[in-house]
Amino acid sequence: MTRPRWDELGEGFELPPLQKPPIERIQLVKYAGASGDFNRIHVEEDYARAAGYKSVFAHGMLVMGFLGQLVGDFSGGPAGILKISCRFRAITWPGDVITCRGRVSKKEAATQTVELSVQAVNQDGTVVADGTATVRLPKA
Amino acid sequence: MVDRSFLGRTSEPLTLSVEAGHIRRFVEALGEPSPIYTSEQAARAAGYPRIPAPPTFATALRPNDVRAGMGIDMRKVLHGEQEYEYRRPLYAGDTLTLVQRVADIYEKSGRSGAMDFLVLETTATDEKGEVVFVARANIVVKR
Repeated sequence: MTRPRWDELGEGFELPPLQKPPIERIQLVKYAGASGDFNRIHVEEDYARAAGYKSVFAHGMLVMGFLGQLVGDFSGGPAGILKISCRFRAITWPGDVITCRGRVSKKEAATQTVELSVQAVNQDGTVVADGTATVRLPKA
Repeated sequence: MVDRSFLGRTSEPLTLSVEAGHIRRFVEALGEPSPIYTSEQAARAAGYPRIPAPPTFATALRPNDVRAGMGIDMRKVLHGEQEYEYRRPLYAGDTLTLVQRVADIYEKSGRSGAMDFLVLETTATDEKGEVVFVARANIVVKR
């Protein structure tokens, strides 16, 4: 796992996009178990419909996890990730294909950090989540 | 509507350990293939002392829920925003104490009428008393 060097990166540098396989219902069950978020709206069809949704839908945090994967692929794992934040914009449904993108939006010499703008987009081009990450990198 | 008197309320501290098997189940659910999260050897080869947790794993370390007894209908709850601030990576074998606090309560009017917003802040402290991460969740409660 190689880490990019702070000196080598310019503002506007684009991370390689990360396309995830289609969301499956079983993945939502696995994510509920692994994350401990047992809100029934993500796993019980009847419960989701009674609450006014067309079906169960993904935990926002699952999509943020995809953004975490994008950032971790860039930074060489979690070591340099000082901050990651995201805003949930739209619902992600079973069958949706999420692609994560990111670019360097700012460089801070004093802290040897870069700020990344990241977003998760579905197959229709709708942004389902977007946010930022602050990553500290080796200098040279 | 969420009662503003809950502002500042904190949860009972909860101490738990970060387990390698838990990290493995979490990355499997994400479909995150990096071997550093599942193999001690791969983690060390990448410069980590032990198996680290991926950046959003903090969500799987659930504090006692400060919302308990606040009368919130979970069918009306949406997760608006989430932020993690890490002072250092999380590792398998860490023992952390988690406290959740109601950091803010406010209301806003949107297209679909007034909604309540809750900001929940979770702080994780290690055995040395050092803060490992601070998590902030913006929760939307539809009326």
